[in-house]
Amino acid sequence: MDNVINTVGIIIYATLLYTPPLLFAAMGSCFSEVSGVVNIGIEGMMTIGAFTGATVAHFTGNPWLGFICGGLAGMAFGLLHGVATVQFGADQTISGTAINFLAPGVAIVTAKAIFNSSDTIPLEPTSKIPTLFSDVFTSGTAWSNFMKNIFSTYASTYLVFVVLILVWFVFYKTRFGLRMRACGEHPLACQSLGIDVQRTRMICVCISGFMAGLGGACMTMATTNQFRPTSIVGQGFIAIAAVIFGKFRPQGAMLGCLLFGMCSGLRVVIGTSSLNISAQLISMIPYVVTVIVLILFVGKSHVPAANGKPFVKAK
Amino acid sequence: MKKLIALLLAVVMCLSLVACGASNDTAANDAANNDAATTDEAAGEATGETVKIGMVTDVGGVNDKSFNQTSWEGLQALAAEDPTFEVSYLESKTDADYASNIESFIDEDYDLIICVGYMLADATRAAAEANPDQKFAIIDDNSCEDLPNVACLMFAQAEASYLVGVVAGMATETNTVGYVQGMVSESMNQFGVGFISGVLAANPEATVLQFNANSFGDPTGGSAATTDMITKGADVVFHAAGGTGNGVIEACAANKVYAIGVDADQSPLAPEYVLTSAMKRVDTAAQDISKAVKDGTFTAGTHMYDMTNGGVDIAPTQDLLTEEMIAAVEEAKAGILDGSIVVPTTAEEVPEFTLDDAE
Repeated sequence: MDNVINTVGIIIYATLLYTPPLLFAAMGSCFSEVSGVVNIGIEGMMTIGAFTGATVAHFTGNPWLGFICGGLAGMAFGLLHGVATVQFGADQTISGTAINFLAPGVAIVTAKAIFNSSDTIPLEPTSKIPTLFSDVFTSGTAWSNFMKNIFSTYASTYLVFVVLILVWFVFYKTRFGLRMRACGEHPLACQSLGIDVQRTRMICVCISGFMAGLGGACMTMATTNQFRPTSIVGQGFIAIAAVIFGKFRPQGAMLGCLLFGMCSGLRVVIGTSSLNISAQLISMIPYVVTVIVLILFVGKSHVPAANGKPFVKAK
Repeated sequence: MKKLIALLLAVVMCLSLVACGASNDTAANDAANNDAATTDEAAGEATGETVKIGMVTDVGGVNDKSFNQTSWEGLQALAAEDPTFEVSYLESKTDADYASNIESFIDEDYDLIICVGYMLADATRAAAEANPDQKFAIIDDNSCEDLPNVACLMFAQAEASYLVGVVAGMATETNTVGYVQGMVSESMNQFGVGFISGVLAANPEATVLQFNANSFGDPTGGSAATTDMITKGADVVFHAAGGTGNGVIEACAANKVYAIGVDADQSPLAPEYVLTSAMKRVDTAAQDISKAVKDGTFTAGTHMYDMTNGGVDIAPTQDLLTEEMIAAVEEAKAGILDGSIVVPTTAEEVPEFTLDDAE
């Protein structure tokens, strides 16, 4: 019985550890995609956010300032993507790919300039995103371990779910959310109703970069304590997959991120157990499950009709 | 107006791409500046001909907190101490860079090219066969030992792991320690085999929880696995898992238990919780082979770095170790040196090591 409680506790713990960076980035991706701008540069925006967050937190000692700056750095690259694609109608996939090359390059060059190394200096525990309730739950019995593993987690994990509710509200309960979604479906109709499509899309791409930056900062300021060139490897693309999985809805993307996180947790639990299964097979679990669920249970995804199409103002 | 903005933006983008592409060159320039400095000193002291040593990193880069960095620090120390050495490095960003980096050192008539890591084995072999007069050294690989111009610098990682195993066995209060390995391979297994033997030698009651992350770049997985081990009672966790190990150390610090680092002294990552580190003195090896080239005593084939020549050791940071632990480590070292302790190196010799069975 204790074993079962422990195992379930660890799976939930691992899920909550993997999810926040993915979910922040996935929510960012949602904003951009529903307004009609394909943002494949999420990965790059996460990388620059991861670097900036860790750097600012190191120099100021203030984790939240670092976290916000991580978001702003992502936003700067979002703006770049927005100017290229929304303002000048450049191909969105190419611009996003360029950002995926550019952002890690900028991060590493800057790291070399500041730290004389491609890694940042490890953060002091006080400059890291704090763990909540670490004193409330102590280890001991199986149940107290369970509670500790689940609830004594980084503040960013709690934050991401709060932000998710906010994002859901903005999407479906505000005028901006409606306009934003309309811009992704039929921009011409929007324009005829007096909505500034380009401005709306520009705002969405910037929010997208901001969120991706926060996701990156979670990775270097909570899960680990420094930026390395390998800090962000593929999380951005998994986030984009989660968005498609969730049919371009933030709550759906959350399910996608949680599923991926849970499978990764399962991988760890099976790996540390005495079950004799090849590590290569275990490592496949998250990806195989994602593919199977996509095929079997997720019906046809509704892609925003004008997604990926540059909008040129009608005269 | 719009065209002007577009033009400006294009210029900015081009510039940043140039900046980004220049990362390699910046490093090389730094190195070149260092070289210039050393050469000047050399000329000033007029101590004879310069010996040019070139180092090619693997994809970890020169600041990897591991063997690339340690090798480069060793070479820099050497150049600082003896100005006849002129040292330089080239970073490999992808596997495709190995051959071209080696080639550029050959073109510039370097006396010795040090290739860091077994990932460079194929490129080194190709270059060594094509340039029989060029001297090479490769770290952590002995597949080139048949070539007359390649020195293979090998480390007895099992011995270093054995020492930290002894420390872990003594430090644990729950008689449970954890071990996270980055990849299952003959050379990586040596870490686990040595560690487990050390733990059991110091504490026969202890159990070792093991996890194969199957990745050197998954800190989240390392962190989750470590928390799992800690929940199961582990209070000391050793990792031999590169970037994944970053998560291991992080999880140990979060749960206030001890972590043990690998390759370099990893104490700075979490000074209060990194108990010790299993160190490979790659710096010593790089210096030795460079000196051998200068003295004309360079020999090809395998050069084994183990306890007898100070090639492996525990980290110099020992603030968290008790006197008993330090004494036990010294005793283990003496035992290994006089042959009374033979550290196993293969999975077959240590049945407690379970990661290999999964194959």
